[in-house]
Amino acid sequence: MKSLFAFFSGVLIAATAMAQDIAPDVLIKTVSEEVLDIVRKDKDIQSGNTRKAIDLVEAKVLPHFNFTRMTQLAVARNWRQANSAQQQVLTNEFRLLMVRTYSKALTEYKNQTINYKPFALKPGETDVRVRTEIKQAGAGKNIELDYYLERQGNGWKVYDIEVGGVSLVTNYRESFATEVGKTGIDGLIKSLQAKNKSGEATSVKK
Amino acid sequence: MKTTQPVGIKSVAVALVAASLLSGCASSGNPKDPIEGFNRAMFAFNEGLDSAIIKPVATGYEAVLPSPVRTGVTNFFSNIEDVFIGVNNLLQGKVPEAVSDLGRVVINTTIGLLGVIDFASDAGLEKHDEDFGQTFGRWGVGNGAYVVIPVFGPRTARDTVGLVLDVAADPVANHEPARVRDLALVLRLVNDRANLLPADKVVEEAALDKYSYIRDAYLQRRRNLIHDGNPPREREASADPTDLPPTAQAGTPEPRAEVVSGQPVPAVLAARTDTTEAK
Repeated sequence: MKSLFAFFSGVLIAATAMAQDIAPDVLIKTVSEEVLDIVRKDKDIQSGNTRKAIDLVEAKVLPHFNFTRMTQLAVARNWRQANSAQQQVLTNEFRLLMVRTYSKALTEYKNQTINYKPFALKPGETDVRVRTEIKQAGAGKNIELDYYLERQGNGWKVYDIEVGGVSLVTNYRESFATEVGKTGIDGLIKSLQAKNKSGEATSVKK
Repeated sequence: MKTTQPVGIKSVAVALVAASLLSGCASSGNPKDPIEGFNRAMFAFNEGLDSAIIKPVATGYEAVLPSPVRTGVTNFFSNIEDVFIGVNNLLQGKVPEAVSDLGRVVINTTIGLLGVIDFASDAGLEKHDEDFGQTFGRWGVGNGAYVVIPVFGPRTARDTVGLVLDVAADPVANHEPARVRDLALVLRLVNDRANLLPADKVVEEAALDKYSYIRDAYLQRRRNLIHDGNPPREREASADPTDLPPTAQAGTPEPRAEVVSGQPVPAVLAARTDTTEAK
């Protein structure tokens, strides 16, 4: 009886997820709590196993991000200069960089909790900010962690994250523009690849 | 505010403001950072100082002291800081915030045992972040040039002037006798640095060029603080019309095309289209 109930509620949840909109704030909360639950129980991630953190991020977080949009925002005015093959490579490399950064942050997790600020979706809105804050164990000022999402088809996709008002995406704008100015789109691709390679080396060492 | 050596800092700061205003020589073309050459040198100096002394000491401090003790230290200095955060809120005309800051100081200094326990936050009185640089920003003073100051790190010309006032108003830096003051300043610096240790690795992971990553993060952060967490959207807004092509500003950036043209797709497939259909 119990398992039958579990089965049906499982089907119901799956069906709801497929057919219906999950509100952006609900999405953020569900994913955040799911990921933190895993990190809380995983001593490997807590002790700095970046590889494991990356796997977690790829499985749970990645599907909710729009990396093409993120890359476009970071590359900004030079995006148009890149041909579609370059845009593709840029997106892949930038995704890798974001995933590594996010995963690194997870390995630094120490008993923080997340407060979810009130959120109301206005009818017809397609671009929203979901505000949360990280509450440090003990004290200090809470760190604001805001997600920007846009409506995409049936659901919502994150296209920017701000930590304490600093966008993890647009923070690259100036340096990317400088790089493109000096060495062109291919130069930017090369330095992103080099960066990701060096990150690979450190996470394997771990 | 994050001080180590109050002596001579004011004159250094003033000289740096003057330098940043007069300069134009070491320019690399970024209008926000006209003295990049000088700044990079100072940044390298600060990084060296950090890795040689401050970071090792902070790491040891973190390893030796249990977390509740470090929290107490953080709270103690945070409570002192709340006094002039309140003053700055008042100068910015934010009376309710200033009253709340005063309330925080009263609660934490008394039942919080001289600030060691932050009861006020639990009681719902939110901790604010204000300083004289933000107050000037609120009054409409622009950033001015970006400048990296020895020991203190990133500032803008405006925030450098703010820093001079912050230091002048800092109860810790003005405490007598000097021996206690110096000890307190060192403790505060080390404790602040220890609190930042986790962020180190993330920045190392994220930054292609640490100097510009820190610079741009600082400028974004200050902008956010001056607007108390709600700065006008800059992302595709009119602030910098050259940032994105007109079509993107009109609300239909290219990557969206696949959504417009395609059928509604399940989340798993949608994630896939993101990566394979960049046009």
